[in-house]
This record gives sequence, C-alpha cells and structure tokens, in this order.
Amino acid sequence: MTRTKSEDGSRGSGLSRRGFLFGTAVALEGAAATAALEACRPADSATGGGGPVLGPGAVPVTLRVNGKDHPLQVEPRRTLADVLRTELGMTGTKVVCDRGSCSACTVFLDGTPVVSCLTFVLDAAGREITTIEGLAHGDQLHPVQAAFIEHDATQCGFCTPGMVMSCAALLARNPSPTLDDVRTAVSGNLCRCGTYPKVFAATLAAAGKRGA
Amino acid sequence: MATEERVVRVPVGIPGVSLGTAERTLGPEEPPALAVNQDLVVIGKPTPRIDGRLKVTGAATYTADVRLPGMLYARVVRSPHPHARIRAIDTSAAERAPGVRAVHVLDHLRGGAVLRDPAQEEPSRYPVVRYVGQPILALAAVTQEAADDAARQVSIDYEVLPFVVDLEAARKPGAPLVFPGPADSAGSAGGGGGPAGMPQTGNVHGPNRSGTLGPPRGDVAVGFAEADVIVDATYRTQVQTHSALETHGVVADWRADGLTVHASTQGTATVRDELAEVFNLPKSQVRVLTEFMGGGFGAKFGAGNFGVLATHLSRKAGAPVRLMLDRKEEHMGVGNRPSSVQHLRIGAKKDGTLTAIHLDAYGTAGAGTGAGCGGPAKNMYPCPNVLVEESDVFTHAGPGASFRAPGHPQGAFALEQSVDELAEKLGMDALALRDKIDFDEDLGGKNVDSAARKEERRLGAERIGWSARHAPGADRGTVKRGIGVAQAIWYRFIDLDSACEVRITRDGSVEVLSAVQDLGTGIRTALAMVVAEELGLRVTDVTVRIGDTRYPQGPSSGGSKTTGSLTPAARNAAYAVKRKLLEQVAPALDARPEHLVMAGGSINVRGDASRSLTFKAAAARLRTEEVAARSGRSDDYGGFLEGKGRNRAGMGGYGGVQFSAVAVDTETGVIKVERVVAVHDCGRPINPLALESQINGGVLQGLSYALYEDRILDRHTGRMVNPNLEQYKILGAREVPRIEVILLEEYRGKSSTDAGGIGEPSIIPTAASVANAVYNALGVRLRELPMTPARVLAALGQRGSPSPWSVERPRSAGSAGGAR
Repeated sequence: MTRTKSEDGSRGSGLSRRGFLFGTAVALEGAAATAALEACRPADSATGGGGPVLGPGAVPVTLRVNGKDHPLQVEPRRTLADVLRTELGMTGTKVVCDRGSCSACTVFLDGTPVVSCLTFVLDAAGREITTIEGLAHGDQLHPVQAAFIEHDATQCGFCTPGMVMSCAALLARNPSPTLDDVRTAVSGNLCRCGTYPKVFAATLAAAGKRGA
Repeated sequence: MATEERVVRVPVGIPGVSLGTAERTLGPEEPPALAVNQDLVVIGKPTPRIDGRLKVTGAATYTADVRLPGMLYARVVRSPHPHARIRAIDTSAAERAPGVRAVHVLDHLRGGAVLRDPAQEEPSRYPVVRYVGQPILALAAVTQEAADDAARQVSIDYEVLPFVVDLEAARKPGAPLVFPGPADSAGSAGGGGGPAGMPQTGNVHGPNRSGTLGPPRGDVAVGFAEADVIVDATYRTQVQTHSALETHGVVADWRADGLTVHASTQGTATVRDELAEVFNLPKSQVRVLTEFMGGGFGAKFGAGNFGVLATHLSRKAGAPVRLMLDRKEEHMGVGNRPSSVQHLRIGAKKDGTLTAIHLDAYGTAGAGTGAGCGGPAKNMYPCPNVLVEESDVFTHAGPGASFRAPGHPQGAFALEQSVDELAEKLGMDALALRDKIDFDEDLGGKNVDSAARKEERRLGAERIGWSARHAPGADRGTVKRGIGVAQAIWYRFIDLDSACEVRITRDGSVEVLSAVQDLGTGIRTALAMVVAEELGLRVTDVTVRIGDTRYPQGPSSGGSKTTGSLTPAARNAAYAVKRKLLEQVAPALDARPEHLVMAGGSINVRGDASRSLTFKAAAARLRTEEVAARSGRSDDYGGFLEGKGRNRAGMGGYGGVQFSAVAVDTETGVIKVERVVAVHDCGRPINPLALESQINGGVLQGLSYALYEDRILDRHTGRMVNPNLEQYKILGAREVPRIEVILLEEYRGKSSTDAGGIGEPSIIPTAASVANAVYNALGVRLRELPMTPARVLAALGQRGSPSPWSVERPRSAGSAGGAR
C-alpha cells in the first residue's frame, strides 16, 4: 500500500497523501492513542542503565501476585506471562500472539494494564502484579466479570481474561466511560469469535451499576 | 405411555406469518411434541452461559492450560523451503542437548493431497516438502526453552526444488509441479478437501462439473440463448486463515493401559478415531478430552501431524507431552479458506426469470484441494440451467481446511453481487428481484426453505430503511453512503452419532453427559436448557459434563450441526429418565405415571394441585441411588434426503439475509461499515442470547474477511510475510459497526427439539452485503477481496475518479507475481 504514487496526488489539492497520513497519525497519537500506547509500554527495566548482568542461567526473583509473594528461580529471558502460567500455574492469563498485538495476556503492574508476553519477568519483580485470578474478591465477582456473564460477553472465552482486565482497568481510571472509551480500552484486545458488541454492552452496564 | 408409533401434531411455520401444525408419525421413544417457544419456560429464553463464571475468572481450563506431573514440552521443526526433498536428517546434537527426552521424525504426512499413484514419485524415507512450515520432526524436553534450543540444533539436508505459490503462475504450462501426478485430498469430518478422481493437468485438479442435484442441470447454452439480459463478471477472493485464538495443540499422555489426549478440537470423537487408527489401538483405549477450547472455525477436526508427533514423543519419553503450535505455525500449516477466481454468468428474462447460471471457478487450497465455491450458485435460486465448474490449483502453500461455511462466503460474494447487478440491468429493485427468483422448488426436499428468507428480507428492509435507499453513487460529498443486501443458504446437516445420557441421583442432582465439545457456541448451556425444560427444573439445577470420549458419543462440531443433532438426543434421554422417575414415584402420589407432570421443580398430578411432590422429594424415593437413560439421535421426523454415512442431510436448510450500511471515504478509500442488520433463521431457537452472540461473530468474521484479512506469501521464498496478528489484520473493537440481530423462529417439525444451527449461515452473506453497499455508495463495483483502501481508490480511478489521488492499480493477490 505504501507503493502508491502518493506524491502525484498532491496535484491541485496542495496536500500530499504522505503528509496527510503523517498529520493524521500525529493527531491520533495526541489524543486517544496515548492512553493505549501507555498501556502497552513494557515496565521500566530495573537493571537498565548499566546494572549487573544476569543470566543466562536461572536467577532468584520474587513475584508479588494478587497480594502474595512467590520466590522463584527463573531464567532472565522468560516473560511474565510464561512464568505466571508455567511456574505459578495461573493459566487464566492467555498467550495468543506472544508479541504484544492481541492483549490476551493483559495483567496489571501496579494497577496499570500491561501485556505480560512482552514484559520480562525480572521487570515485574518488586511490582504489584494482578492477574485475572486476583480480580474477584473471593466469591464476589468484579462488576465487569458479572456483567460479562449476564451480557454473554464470552464465546470460546480465550480472549475473555484479557478483555476483562482491560475493561476493569478502564473503569478504575474512568468510572463513567462512553462507548468510544470502551472501544479504545479494548482496541488492542483481539477476539476471533466476534464478541465485541457484548463486551461493550457489559462494560457500560458494569459502569452504570458502579455509579448507581 | 406410548409403546408404539403414534401420530402427533407438531408446530410448523413462522409465528406471526404462517404458524400452523402438521402431522408427524413418531416412534415410541419420542417425547410429545414441544410447544412453540412462547409457551415454554426455559427453551427460547435468553440464558447466560452456565460456564460463564469459569471463563471470566480464568478458571476455565483449555488444552493450552493443561499441566500434568512430569509433562514435557515439544517443539516442531518445520521446513523453511516451499518445495524440497530431504536427503538426510541429523538429530544427534539435539538428542544430546540439555533436557531433551525424545525426538520423533515424521514418516508420513497428514493433511493435504496425496498422489493417487505413489509410484509416480521417487521413493523417499521422508515426506516430500510441499510448503513452508511443513512439519518434519518434533522433540520433547523438560522445558519449552530447552525444546526450542534443541530444535535449533537439528540439521536437515534439503535438496531444494523449484516452487510456485502464485495462483495464476501455477496454472501455466511448465509451472513447477506440486505433485508429479494426480493427487487428491481426503475429506475431513468437517468438510474440506475436494472431489477425488478428477482429471488433473499440471497443477490444475478438475474441473468438477455439477449442478443443483449433482450433475449439471439443463443446458446453460440454451439458457443463455433464451436470456434477455446477461450479467458476466469475474470475482476474486483471498486466502483467509482461521486464526483461532487458541492454536492447535494437544497434551498427549501415552501409558500402558491406554492413551489420553487433551486436544483443542472440534471433534473429540474424530481425534480419538484418528489416533486409534494411527497407533493401532482399540478406540476404547484412547480417551480424548476437551474441557474448553479456544475457537476452531473448521480447522480443528483431526489429530493432525502435531497430535501424532506428540503421541509418538510421549510414547518414547514415557511422559506426557504438551505440543501447542505458535502463532506463526498456526497461520502457515494447519488450514485456511482457499482463494477463488470466479467467472460467473447469469442469464434472465426481462421479468427477472432466471434462464441460466454458469460459474467457472478455480482457486488454491495450497498443497490440498477444497477450493470449490459453487454452493450458492447451485442452491440459492432455482434455475432450469445450472453449470458449476470448479477446479483446484495446487500451489506450494499450506493446505486449506474447512472454514466456517466452506466455499460459501466466496460463492455468495460473486452470486449476490451478480444478482444485484442483474436487478439494476433489469430496472428492478434488488429485493423485488429476489422475491421473484427465490422460491420453493421442491427437488425431493431441496430448495424448500424460501419462506424464511422472504420474511427475513421484509423484516431487514424495514429495519435498515431500504425504501430510503438512493441510486448508486448518488450521495454527494467525499464520504459517500450506501446500503446493500445479500443472503445466505446453508444446509440441514444431522449427525446420527449424537448421544446423551441423563442421570438423576437420589439427592435430586441431575447430570447430562455427552462427549461433545463446546467451541464457544454454548452447547453446554443448550443441553442444560433442554433437559431443564423436560424435567421442569431450572438451568442451574442441571450439571453438564461434556468434552470427554468416555461419555456417550458426541457429534463433531462443524457444518452448524451440533445443536440440531444433539439437543433432540438430550431431550429424549431426559424424557426417558423422567418416565422411569415418574413410574417409581406414582404410587406415592396415588396416581398413574401418565397423569403426572413435572413443572416448576415439582411433580404434580394433572388437574389436582393438592397432590404433589418436590423434585427433590421425588428423587429421594428412587429405589436405587440413580436412574439414568441414554438416547441417541433418531432420524429426522419425515426422514432425510438421500444420503449415507453419519452426516445426514436433512430436508430444507437454514439461511439468512444481511443488510449493510457503509460510508466510503473517496479520498482515503477507507470503507467504514456503520450498521449491519442480520436476520437469520435456525429452526427453533434454543438460547437466543448465545445465538445473537454467534450471529454477531459471523458478521464480524465476515467483515474482517471483506475488508482486512489477507494471507500474503512471498513469491520469491514461498514464506508468509504476515504470520502474526498485527500484519495479518483481523477486525478489532474500533471496526465494529452497530449490529442488529433479528432472529426468526421457524418451526419445521423435524425432531423433538426442532433446533438447527447458525454458525455457518451467519458469515455467508456479509462480504457480499458490504460489497453491494459499497456499490450503492460509489456506483462502482469492487469484485475483489479484501476491499482495501487501495482497491477502492483503484476502482474509483478506473471510473474517472472524483478523488484527487492518482493511484497505481495494485496487482491482485490472484494475479500478482509469477516466475521472475
């Protein structure tokens, strides 16, 4: 698509296609995209800036997940998603694309949603990690979870944990979102069954109930 | 209680339009006719899924989540070359690598076509490589990292051969051959594959010539000679990958007393059967489990090369082995919707009467067959002269697989645009033409379901505001809006291998058991609803256990047949167990069993409210700890179309009509779908809430196909250039239009639940409907998928564009490239 002769298109309009698209991108970034990009940003590396070299063998690390500390020995190359699933058996966090493009692996680091498949496990050390398993309070479901059931916002259910986490994060920072806010919040979450309309309805309903 | 055949009256028709009753002769095991949904308590009421809590809390266990003690992790080594012979494989370094426990080299490849005469190919110890990503071997190690590291130490000596991945180049004489002689694909449980025994020239397998009832119908030459108007155009569709979020995979556990396999599958039974055959085990010693699965869409029926590899590895290592594909492998090696190039001609009289339909189509399913797309042309509109010619073109690419309504979204994209074009040429409204040409023509039970579509057109037109539709391209301004319509036809498939057991225990608990798997369509909940209705209980009173071949045989889930096949078995089993229960408790109520009714959690004597027992109290009176009954699927009331095997074709079919409203930006070429009205029928709706979700899903997957998805192969390397989920673009939250689902109840009196399916029909008309809306917006037709901005701008440019942008016409996926 970038092979189009865009520059020729400037004839008569005084605006090139490339310039137009660039302008659009900048405008987008200025607005809604910032929140989404922020959410996708991997956590700052604890050892960035010339810290000690770790690995390739296993190193000790303690993960604080859903309020509980888990001392572990892991290879530094491993991701948070992998360690949650494999070492801690918390398989609610799903790995779908394994490269940050589908958000199925969304967890919270200190309350901020991140894609755990692009987060090195060492970068999660010392942070408060919340997974889908930690969202409910005992038998008391998070309002988003309850609304997902009521509105049938799951089909196969494989995207559901990531969707729920993104929507719960949205309500935490914006208790009365618009439909467009919900779309933005899950714009990185892919669903192949096409459950989006009910994800929107469920999240708006959950927000309504919280506000009431 | 009935002990012999009896005649009953069952509801038939569309409530509010044509509801009446018809006589059916039922066998002794059949329960009484079920009233229409309005008069029922559970069935037909929107019901949240009973497994919803497990899904939203992350507690649902998918195959990818299975963790067994001592479990090893596998990695498949795949070919980087699209065509090669393997001279030698050296796994010695990998075998010595840390943590490796087993290595297995494939000696037989599953999936794709095979030579009719294997002697036409030089014998080889290893299967010939015919696509990038073809599995060659796998190894298992104590961690995934160890397996991945070891896989890099495998050394394979390839004799690299000439290849072709481009459809048009592959058809040319002298193109590199995918197979040195005729080759056929075996059909799978979910369809896929193409007809065997076709002529083959070079890479072109076919044509298969057919018509409405099998052979070509009438004579299209005569039909076109009689026509006053002929529409004639060529349509192109791309290759789409299934891209289920959970990849294909298994956890295989080989033990002395049998094989247990957790599989992400659409057919627990088909996986069991295939593994039993490959490993020469009795089926009773192979157990397949699918507690939850993360989407299939037609690609997940068999054991697959991965399943066979994992089982070999488990057997060698003496430990369970987990083998889940990664995203790239998923795109390249385990199925896709084949491409198509369709030359479609339709002839009609001035009044719209069809005189001839001729479809000449070819497409590529890579190293397999199954690119046929003639279903809609053959079956949607009755016509005296129908000729459908379909060819498969082999290319050095991953073999296709059945994909949600195989061939039909492609076929509808061509047919429904041509019908639209025909209406315009005739000066008729597009819906008025369909009202004329979409009629019942009873060919032994085929083509007898136009009544639902007629009502669907009426309901949808009203909802979308069809009467306000403007002339093509009439919208002024740079963003042009338009409305389009297209319709679907699908078939009534029934799988007789559909059984359920229902148990009542003395404590009042109720269990339903079936080996069936839930793809996300909600069969678990549907089974609970049907049993609850029969026993007068609530859905939450019923426990459903599925996804285990130790339970009664379940159907594979494909072709929209699960609900229509299995819910009658569940109701019949519930009815049988109910009779046992009532016989035992009747004396306590001083009544005859046939005078007892179960409703509202109680057992009452009909006409005497004073004599009743709660369900729990009644169950406590059972003579034994448990009563149980098992039922299979009986034949459809009124019988099947002629057919054989376990996949019976029922009479009539299911369809739907979708309307789309689009806004097309003529400066950027971006199509925004603003609204879709989807009107569908599936017999008796069991759970409207889940049906609505599934129709949303069909529409959105159809939009994704229409606008975004495209598997792109590099013609110089044969590799997929976008094997991920950001460059292989699937529809996301921002592209979701407002979708309005209208569910049409239609009773047919076909079974004890009279239910049908919705998975396939809901995706069939979407791309065609959007294309017709785009035409209505622009006055220019897009005959190639996906309808990208570049193609929109190119189409506008060809017309003498109002767009300021001058754009090079992109070379189509179908015609791009070739030998350099």
